[in-house]
Amino acid sequence: MPTSLTINGSSHTVDLPDEVPLLWVLRDEIGLTGTKFGCGVAACGACTVQIDGEAVRSCQVALGDVWGEVTTIEGLGTPDAMNKIQQAWVEHQVAQCGYCQSGQIMQAAALLAENPSPSDDEIDEAMAGNLCRCGTYPRIRAAIHTAAGNLKEA
Amino acid sequence: MASIGKIARRTFLIGSAAIVGGVAFGVYYVRRPAPNPLEPAEGEAALNPFVLIDRQGVTLFAPRAEMGQGVKTTWAALIAEELDVELDQVRVLHGPAAAAYYNSAMIGEGLPNKGYDISDFQHNVGQALGEIGKVLSLHVTGGSTSMKDGFERMREAGATARETLKEAAAQRLGVDRASLTTVAGKVVAPDGTEIPYPELAEAAAQIDPPEATLRDPGQWRYLGKHVPRVDMVGKSTGTAEFGIDVRLPEMKFASVRMNPRLGGGMKGFDASAAEAMPGVETVVDLDGGVAVIASNTWLAMQAVDAIEVEWDEAPYPPETDALFERIAAAFDTDANSTMRDDGDVSTLPEGATEITAEYRLPYLAHATMEPMNGTAIYSGGRVEFWGGNQAPTFTRDKIAETAGLDSDAVDVHTTYMGGGFGRRGEFDFAVIAAKVAMAVPGTPVQTTWSREEDMRHDFYRPGAMARMRGAVKDGKAVLLDGQIAAQSALFQAMGRLGVPSGGPDKVLVEGAFNQPYAIPNYRIRGHVADLAVPVGFWRSVGNSFNGFFHDTFLDEMAHLAGVDPLEFRLEHMKTEHPPSAGCLEAVRDMSGWTGKTPDDVGRGVGFTYSFGTPVAQIIEVVDEDSTIRISKAWIACDMGLALDPGTVEAQMVSGMVYGLSAACFGEITYAGGEVEQGNFPDYEVLRMHTAPVTEVRVLETNRHMGGAGEPGTPPAMPALGNALFDLTGRRARTLPLNREFDLLI
Ligand code: FES
Ligand code: FES
Repeated sequence: MPTSLTINGSSHTVDLPDEVPLLWVLRDEIGLTGTKFGCGVAACGACTVQIDGEAVRSCQVALGDVWGEVTTIEGLGTPDAMNKIQQAWVEHQVAQCGYCQSGQIMQAAALLAENPSPSDDEIDEAMAGNLCRCGTYPRIRAAIHTAAGNLKEA
Repeated sequence: MASIGKIARRTFLIGSAAIVGGVAFGVYYVRRPAPNPLEPAEGEAALNPFVLIDRQGVTLFAPRAEMGQGVKTTWAALIAEELDVELDQVRVLHGPAAAAYYNSAMIGEGLPNKGYDISDFQHNVGQALGEIGKVLSLHVTGGSTSMKDGFERMREAGATARETLKEAAAQRLGVDRASLTTVAGKVVAPDGTEIPYPELAEAAAQIDPPEATLRDPGQWRYLGKHVPRVDMVGKSTGTAEFGIDVRLPEMKFASVRMNPRLGGGMKGFDASAAEAMPGVETVVDLDGGVAVIASNTWLAMQAVDAIEVEWDEAPYPPETDALFERIAAAFDTDANSTMRDDGDVSTLPEGATEITAEYRLPYLAHATMEPMNGTAIYSGGRVEFWGGNQAPTFTRDKIAETAGLDSDAVDVHTTYMGGGFGRRGEFDFAVIAAKVAMAVPGTPVQTTWSREEDMRHDFYRPGAMARMRGAVKDGKAVLLDGQIAAQSALFQAMGRLGVPSGGPDKVLVEGAFNQPYAIPNYRIRGHVADLAVPVGFWRSVGNSFNGFFHDTFLDEMAHLAGVDPLEFRLEHMKTEHPPSAGCLEAVRDMSGWTGKTPDDVGRGVGFTYSFGTPVAQIIEVVDEDSTIRISKAWIACDMGLALDPGTVEAQMVSGMVYGLSAACFGEITYAGGEVEQGNFPDYEVLRMHTAPVTEVRVLETNRHMGGAGEPGTPPAMPALGNALFDLTGRRARTLPLNREFDLLI
């Protein structure tokens, strides 16, 4: 049965079983490959997207259960029009292999929407579920502080 | 492959002994330039394998695997520095698999010297041997060699291209080439006339490249400074293409299950349930495993899990303890190598106090963030492959072998990789992707492994043991005699390439035999355990276990001698290798090391010289309500010239975090022949709140360039163990540490 979804402001209709996780709908059906597969069991955060502004692990949300509008990394900003958080990521040269960073940025965006000036401890807590095998944690933390400052100025 | 085998046999002989014969052989064969793999179309000029100019602009080729270490940017900067182009005005591509992109530094690394003590003569011999990489088509990223490898060659590529373009402009303007200058992708004449490079491309292609001299470092614009990475915007916007992101028209998605008893075969399987599942199109018998091709990766994963398979037994003892018994038994066999043998370790010096210790470290998985995957299309006479890989020529040849084709019927497109750490130097994932695609000719298929498949089918960091014997007298080390036992990752990897191996395995003992300490009686022997568990190169390779063995033991010796452990190391290092001593002094000063800490704080120092780069680290741990947290770290390294200090800093932190993750939590164990860990909940790693706040200092006194991607990993493990000893008085002789210590998760 076809299912309708709103992703980054556009509507899409897909014909897939209800239990297919949103992650694989985005990647293999819609072609939005910015959202990554890392573990499939809610243990790494690479697949983080937002549903109605809330950060969720898209590997755990079945297509049939998507309850609102989906925002992926592609919806946050583009190379020519980066969002302030992405700009901070570039400013701090955060990414190494880069594979975890879509998830990191989507998680950080949800944090900053809720808490415009998080402390180090609050950042640690919000980001604890997002793994980075390249160990970019110090630069992620710095970039979140910078983004917080820049978002407030805007 | 036959010819690689033949040449390699001679080469590796050279590598271990007959240097003179090797260079003679090398000089003739090696000087022949490798063919240019770039095939310029009409109106394009490929000035050399690294620079391509067409009407649209300039493209630089940085054919090293970008796994996060920043090599793409730094290699492009090396070319741009001489070519006079702005990095944000050029395209940077990886390029095809090609002999021209050989790694010139890797074979030189195989010479049987300690590294830190080499003379300029030996250094040059290493470079000459490196040329042989071209003959072998050694197009590889690994061994922390990229900067050493690219430093001269890429600048020369840029300079030659620049002079050729100037010559083309000189001919057009009827002036002397020497009167022209270049800036920002243009040739500038004395009267101010500017000609953009693309307009000169066609003419330049007709000109024999003139000699070019390299610029004085004083004139550098990019090198020695942090250059914003060319992949940063893509990786911050989800637009960088990793192997798993390749999308082709009409592409199908597959997933795979190979025998979890690694290397065992398959008796048979029943796929009837899988065939009836949604989205399933084809079940593929991989001979030793199965794959399902479906309309969606997740549907393929569900279906491949539903196949009932009868597997053969593992070709090794099926339990962890039995594996380690076999490793321990290797101590009783003849040594494979004695790479250091100073003085006489057979007699205990008069009045010295002896200490012995046995250490044991587990097998480890790479656990790259992006699980293994590959995309391929097979159309009878050709295979095209897309994916992250650290060795494009080997990948190409292995796919060709699998498909029964010539190598030139295979194209390899190297994408970004979501981590490599040595795992993507293998080619199993590419061969599997090709086999799956061969089941449906004409249809592109992407084969993605589940995380469980990835963790259970790795080429693991070998489990390893060490037996150390030492002696101290008057506060100094007077004897150190170490034996290392493990499987040989090098021999196994060469076997997979069809290259004969044998002789002393330097990799097995690196990080132990070549440490820059003056100890009068000093011997290191390596023993190879003969086991069929798949093992491979894991970030820093042999140093990843030897760093722990050697440095932890020095810490134990320092305590026995009653000397501050940092001063103890320094004392034996000062005259032996000043750049190493400089690193220890730097972390001492940065951390305000006094050798004393409050009761609830512990500090440990660790040091390893690897890949030409000494790295010292101090780790601080705190006891917070009986849970131990790694709070701070200080790192100092000296790789000589640091081409991009910002990237070096990032690599040092990255290497340390990778090492600390392994030290705290990393362990691969076996039951019934199968790996017990399958996903991150069983293979925990450091997270933002468990990673230390870190300060890095990059020193530049070393005479020869060293690596950056790996040397940060080895000293992290002993430094943490030594810090825990300082905090608790308990000495960790095995890892992971969470077995014995209550670490914050
Ligand atoms: S892929 Fe969803 S949390 Fe790892
Ligand atoms: S940047 Fe590589 S996993 Fe985070």
